[in-house]
Amino acid sequence: MGNFDIKIEKFLKAFIDNGGYHNVLTGLKNTMEIAIIGLLIGIVIGTLIASIRVLPKYRTLPRVLDKICSFYVAIFRGTPMVVQLLVFYYVLMPLMGIKIDGLNVAITVFGLNSGAYVSEIMRGGILSVDPGQLEGGRSVGMSYATTMFKIVIPQAIKNILPTLGNEFITLVKETSIVSFVGAMDLYKVFNDIGTNNYEFMVPYLVMAVIYIVIVCLITLGIKFMERRLRKSDRRS
Amino acid sequence: MIDVVKLNKSFGDHHVLKDISVTIEQGERVVIIGPSGSGKSTFLRCLNCMEDPTSGQVIFEGVNIADLSVNINTYRERIGMVFQHFNLFNNKTVLENIMLSPYLVEKKKIKKAKKDNFLHKLGMKKHPYTENIPSAKEIKAQKKEEAMTLLKRIGLEEKANAYPSTLSGGQKQRIAIIRSLAMHPEVILFDEPTSALDPEMVGEVLELMKDLAKEGMTMVVVTHEMGFAKEAATRVIFMDDGRMVEENTPAEFFSNPKTERCKEFLSKVLV
Repeated sequence: MGNFDIKIEKFLKAFIDNGGYHNVLTGLKNTMEIAIIGLLIGIVIGTLIASIRVLPKYRTLPRVLDKICSFYVAIFRGTPMVVQLLVFYYVLMPLMGIKIDGLNVAITVFGLNSGAYVSEIMRGGILSVDPGQLEGGRSVGMSYATTMFKIVIPQAIKNILPTLGNEFITLVKETSIVSFVGAMDLYKVFNDIGTNNYEFMVPYLVMAVIYIVIVCLITLGIKFMERRLRKSDRRS
Repeated sequence: MIDVVKLNKSFGDHHVLKDISVTIEQGERVVIIGPSGSGKSTFLRCLNCMEDPTSGQVIFEGVNIADLSVNINTYRERIGMVFQHFNLFNNKTVLENIMLSPYLVEKKKIKKAKKDNFLHKLGMKKHPYTENIPSAKEIKAQKKEEAMTLLKRIGLEEKANAYPSTLSGGQKQRIAIIRSLAMHPEVILFDEPTSALDPEMVGEVLELMKDLAKEGMTMVVVTHEMGFAKEAATRVIFMDDGRMVEENTPAEFFSNPKTERCKEFLSKVLV
């Protein structure tokens, strides 16, 4: 294992003496930024789509909107995220003549993509709430939208929180592909350290550990949130 | 107050309500009874357009609220409804349950007044100018006080900050009644309010309903509680197979039913 000691030494040298930790912090920041902002955008888009898709459908407008939404979901669930990143960066942006840096492209695509997934999660959540809740709200004169946003969706979110946490964890791990469009994420910085030293074993190992630690922290955070949101439930 | 004209309702091929016409006057307590599947709950739900009628009119104070172009929400503020399964908001405390909608209504009024004032200042004189618009905070405090008064009335003020899941069925239903009262409705519709309750909790809910009846609240009640019908109703309607078969004062109705179907039904329920 003498070989391994040298590898660790090499890594520590690159990580501490040559300022590698600085890049790692940036990468960590970017990874979390993409995942968190992506999820927030996803929740907003997903909630909107889900609210549209559970509308009663005897009029034309909800039916048309529903078709548009299901098209959106089909597109973003039907293609890999890498393909979405590449198409956005190398096809859509030149066509529309806009210039955005890799990080923001990643955030946008992650948001749009998770919007599609969250919409289905949210739709299940809304359907799991007793229809009586909507009726109760409507019976005291609140509009469909008000009842939805004040009564039904908060309860739906409580029901889907574990699944939403899953989605967040998936997003965090999926960020490892954003270097395709030139964004600095956790994978990219450790890959760079490896490339500079011609030695990949230790950097990749450390990277894996960091991912696991992040996911464990998120899991803890979700458990904590769940406990707080459950305060309106019967205590046993 | 409510005029129902030739009301029809179908669920797909199933024709539930057949040409129902009835008038409900201010101060009346109408009790609707009938076998299950006779369409009494559907009829009640058509009165505030919880179910949209397939054809026919529901005229509330001169406006046909079954018309889809009418903003139904402003009318539902004045037509309270109490459900079999209470339908209290599970994510809100008891106090929030009661004051949420009254508060939102007032808040909307403030918003409109502010907008009108702004347009008035811009020189559009047709918009009325309102002095001293109360702040949202004041409204909230006022609505909270009203809600507490209502809670005190049913003796549940110590439950104000509890969540519905911690209450008994009877408590939930009384709070649901209070919630619809908080909107100052002109009529309250009761959809089998005691059917989901334990027998020993039925009494407290009926007591509150009788109280309301004494105060002259207009009520339309779908129920299986014949005792309540005898005691508090001013009119009893018997429904069967989507039609109103018979209607009469409770005294006449129970002692002297006219139709065979009604006699048969009463002989089964009044044992």
